[in-house]
Amino acid sequence: MPAVKEIQEKMRARAGELLRDGGVSMALGWKRGEFCHDPEPAFFESEAELDNFVYDGFSSPLLSKYLIETIRKDKQKGEGKGSKFLVFLKPCDSYGLNLLLKEHRVERERVYAVGVGCPGMLDVDKIRAAGVKNMRSFDETETEVTIHASSGDKTLARRDILLEKCLVCKGPEFAVQDEVLAPGLPSFEGGDRFAGVTELESMSPEERFSFWRNELSRCIRCNACRNACPVCSCNKCVFDNPQSGVQAKSNADSFEENMFHIVRAFHVAGRCSDCGECSRVCPQKIPLHLLNRKFIKDINAFYGAFQAGADAEARAPLTNYEFGDVEPGAVVKRGGGA
Amino acid sequence: MPINAESGEFKPMIVAFCCNWCSYAGADLAGSSRLSYPADVKIIRVPCSCRVNPLFMLRAFQRGADGVIMCGCHPGDCHYTSGNYFARRRMALLFSMLEYLGIEKGRVRVEWVSAAEGQKFAITMNQFAETVAALGECKRLEDLRCQP
Amino acid sequence: MQRIGVFVCWCGSNIAATVDVDAVAQAVKTEPGVAFSTNYQYMCSEGGQAIIRNAIAEHKLTGIVVCACSPRMHEATFRKTAATAGLNPYMVEIANIREQCSWIHKDREKATVKAIILSRAAVAKLNLDSPLTAGETPVTKRALVIGGGIAGIQTALDIADAGYEVDIVEKTPTIGGKMAMLDKTFPTLDCSACILTPKMVDAAAHEKITLYTYSEVEKVSGFVGNFTVDIRKRARSVDADRCTGCGDCMEKCPSKKSKSEFNQGLSNRSAIYIPFAQAIPNVPVIDREACIKFQTGKCGVCQKICSAKAVDYEQQDEIMTRRYGAIVAATGFKTINLGRFEEFQYAQSPDVITSLEFERLCNAAGPTKGKVMRLSNHETPKTVVFVQCVGSRSTVECGKTYCSKICCMYTAKHAMLLKEKYPETEVYVFYIDVRTPGKGFDEFYRRAAEEYGVRYVKGMVGKVAEENGRLRVQASDLIADKQLVIEADMVVLAAAIEPDPSARNLATLLTASMDTNDFFTEAHPKLRPVESPTAGVYLSGVCQGPKDIPDTVSQAGAAAAKVIGLLAKDKLVGNPCVAGCNEPLCNGCSACELVCPYGAITYEEKTVMDHGVREQRRVASVNEALCQGCGACTVTCPSGAMDLKGFTNLQIMAEVDAICR
Repeated sequence: MPAVKEIQEKMRARAGELLRDGGVSMALGWKRGEFCHDPEPAFFESEAELDNFVYDGFSSPLLSKYLIETIRKDKQKGEGKGSKFLVFLKPCDSYGLNLLLKEHRVERERVYAVGVGCPGMLDVDKIRAAGVKNMRSFDETETEVTIHASSGDKTLARRDILLEKCLVCKGPEFAVQDEVLAPGLPSFEGGDRFAGVTELESMSPEERFSFWRNELSRCIRCNACRNACPVCSCNKCVFDNPQSGVQAKSNADSFEENMFHIVRAFHVAGRCSDCGECSRVCPQKIPLHLLNRKFIKDINAFYGAFQAGADAEARAPLTNYEFGDVEPGAVVKRGGGA
Repeated sequence: MPINAESGEFKPMIVAFCCNWCSYAGADLAGSSRLSYPADVKIIRVPCSCRVNPLFMLRAFQRGADGVIMCGCHPGDCHYTSGNYFARRRMALLFSMLEYLGIEKGRVRVEWVSAAEGQKFAITMNQFAETVAALGECKRLEDLRCQP
Repeated sequence: MQRIGVFVCWCGSNIAATVDVDAVAQAVKTEPGVAFSTNYQYMCSEGGQAIIRNAIAEHKLTGIVVCACSPRMHEATFRKTAATAGLNPYMVEIANIREQCSWIHKDREKATVKAIILSRAAVAKLNLDSPLTAGETPVTKRALVIGGGIAGIQTALDIADAGYEVDIVEKTPTIGGKMAMLDKTFPTLDCSACILTPKMVDAAAHEKITLYTYSEVEKVSGFVGNFTVDIRKRARSVDADRCTGCGDCMEKCPSKKSKSEFNQGLSNRSAIYIPFAQAIPNVPVIDREACIKFQTGKCGVCQKICSAKAVDYEQQDEIMTRRYGAIVAATGFKTINLGRFEEFQYAQSPDVITSLEFERLCNAAGPTKGKVMRLSNHETPKTVVFVQCVGSRSTVECGKTYCSKICCMYTAKHAMLLKEKYPETEVYVFYIDVRTPGKGFDEFYRRAAEEYGVRYVKGMVGKVAEENGRLRVQASDLIADKQLVIEADMVVLAAAIEPDPSARNLATLLTASMDTNDFFTEAHPKLRPVESPTAGVYLSGVCQGPKDIPDTVSQAGAAAAKVIGLLAKDKLVGNPCVAGCNEPLCNGCSACELVCPYGAITYEEKTVMDHGVREQRRVASVNEALCQGCGACTVTCPSGAMDLKGFTNLQIMAEVDAICR
């Protein structure tokens, strides 16, 4: 089993190959950010640029969405017609790409998707919570992460510092790919991803209201959740469009902020692959995935299990129906899903 | 929503979305049969229940409605054959979500009312108005900026 | 800014008794856009309409709100009024202050307040109205009927008799369909061929009808009034213009081992063949799979013998492109495959047959010249068991959940025919229920049971087994509550019927929807039973659901009436309240296309200007001739690109806001 560093080198080499003579004009990957724990999405146009290429336990950002703009710009240039773009996908990222393909946001023939095994992505907050200050660098294996920091060196079990989404991993399979590098890394799947939803459902309406009031009132409308989401990809969001009649900016004092989040969750209902990016990128740490997972849980319960992005053909639940579907009244009577 | 200053009586504000072909006609039949229901209920005519965007319901709450009800043709009877099926899924998910957010569940409702069911329309509206009145003012989804 | 006139109607005392109409007229005066308001006793009367017309002229109104009865009552009236005064008829909104206010509220104050709010909402909506014009499309005055059975023939005849051109496309070499295979028809027992063949001749001879047999629809584009259809005329290998129908070729053809489709495989036919004697056209076709010339190159007997020089081995399939205003699906049915119902031994025993096979055995022109015989030994059966609901009303996977509707009656018919021919035969009928809802049907069934002594047993046959050259039938008698074992010579299975397999592909071509059983769905199950939800596509016969001949003929006539109604128009005036796509906002995601019940939305690559940038994008496009204005697409669209004219997002929200103010 290759160490994470080895995978990184493999990816770098493969990207170099493909850029050189593999017919891709640009590679979409991650490069080192300001700190060691925030690699950022980056375009690599030449082999030389690949020196900055990073793939490690913090390469969490989902890249596929950048393809929309990349391809659009490429088309505008009018040159390089038909040029392909390489995108690296962790297994869970592949669902997002599939959704973009299904909704015609990205053309399949423009993408060269390279799947890479994923050791499970790390949560810097959990590392901080473990007493680490000023993290400078780290070494990682599939089971352990050793942090070098001003507070000293510290070795932590990987499982303890994983992002929430990785604890309920969808598994090592790719929903879409053209080739796979380093497949078969063990995943940490098996957690109950609906545990948080179930817990909230068991509360009283008052408790639920105050929970969400507390969470959502912290929203600063930075739109990070929207920008990270692979299906929230409208050319123009209704909330940014003065002609839509619902345009609204921050108003953190009122529950009106809920409107944005409810409508956003509704717009992605049946399309959300549960990638968890919205919660991860939220600077206010609002557990937005609990909204999306509520819809997913309900959809599974009402209309049968559905994994958005698992294939590029299946009809999304909200564009489908059955004669015997559950009545909205029955949904409310049984106390909200489950 | 205003509370009458003198009597202290709470008058709920209720918005009813009715599809043109069945429910709006059912409301008309309730009218021509002189079946009364509270004046708090105001009907908005839409071509089909599938025209009702969950956003419109949230908008009503945001602007101070205390209850929102959507009525459409019975499943299988949609004038456009499938509109109410899509509406049914949207509303089932929306209602479940509103409850999840802690909004009292009695404030939203879907009822299928045919053009022949004037009586059902009136009974539904009476019941719904009663439920909403009992819940009192809806504060939880209101946008404060829209209030005077 | 609009200049709105508000007209509050008293409706005599219907409104005025409960609502202070003057207060309503006064209250709306201050609403944005309102330039004029008044009230009058009867707005819908000539006097009331004159007030509206005069006010439009005098106050240069751009739109009117009429606060009166339900829009379902007089919206059309006031639209006309507005139009006569030079306004766009869609610049009219109605506040329903009668049915939804004065008639249901007793408290004058409350009713007045509500009437004001409803009027305000109408004003708010009208402020966002824009003039709408209904699109017009010309109508191609020609109809296409797909399927040449009794349904298709009757539809075509009715349309043609009204003076319109009709083409019938039939995939087999002859028209006539299943009805041509029947011996007698219930409940009158008249001979099927005697009533069908004159209609076939009428259709062929009709100057307005063109037959395309041995042909199939390959491609359909366009929409109501303007369909373009590609029809594949398969190569018959016989020149229809030269052929005299003498039949010499069939007689001399050395390849005679093919199963006759017409006789349900109970007899053989030659490779060059006419399906049955009265086939129309009476022109043979070469079954190239069975033809020695086509398979080995060595034969050519038919060409040599044909004195009319009609046989043409070089003939190719031909694609014709034709334009139609309306299309009727009349693709009919087939009986289900009984191979999977192992308990009945259909595949194993030649003496277990389907009802349609029995029909051929009874028929004087059939393979046995009308002699009912056991296929195993050609003896006349002494005991015959009829089993109903084989695969109908079934819960097993290979069966159908629905009732096939015709089996109860034809089984009674078969039992009677058998008793008439062979009075000594013992005849059993096993049934779940006997369903006889039709004119003369119950009388017919009772005649079978009472006068002919057919033994009806309520219960199902559990097993049929061949034993000593006979059939051992195990069944239950639910009324006597006992198990029966009958030694039978023949078992006749009333196989369920299902839509012809070609219907599935046709539905895709027509973008017409189907139910889970592949029957075409109606535009409305009660009110529009012969129309498909796809405008301009009509349904005739069993392709819409199981039915017998009288029902089929009635429905065929009804479909024809709908087609005639369409073709009688020179232009189709659409409903202007249709969906439209704001292209710069459209993501091209296809969600709207999936929920559209009318196939009105397609996607195209288009140049879109977005903030001064010109781009090629995939955007939705609404065919206004097909859109019926339900609005399903508008809610599915996350970006708000899809909107519905006359009920826009902003308009509905403006109403919400006005009500909640």
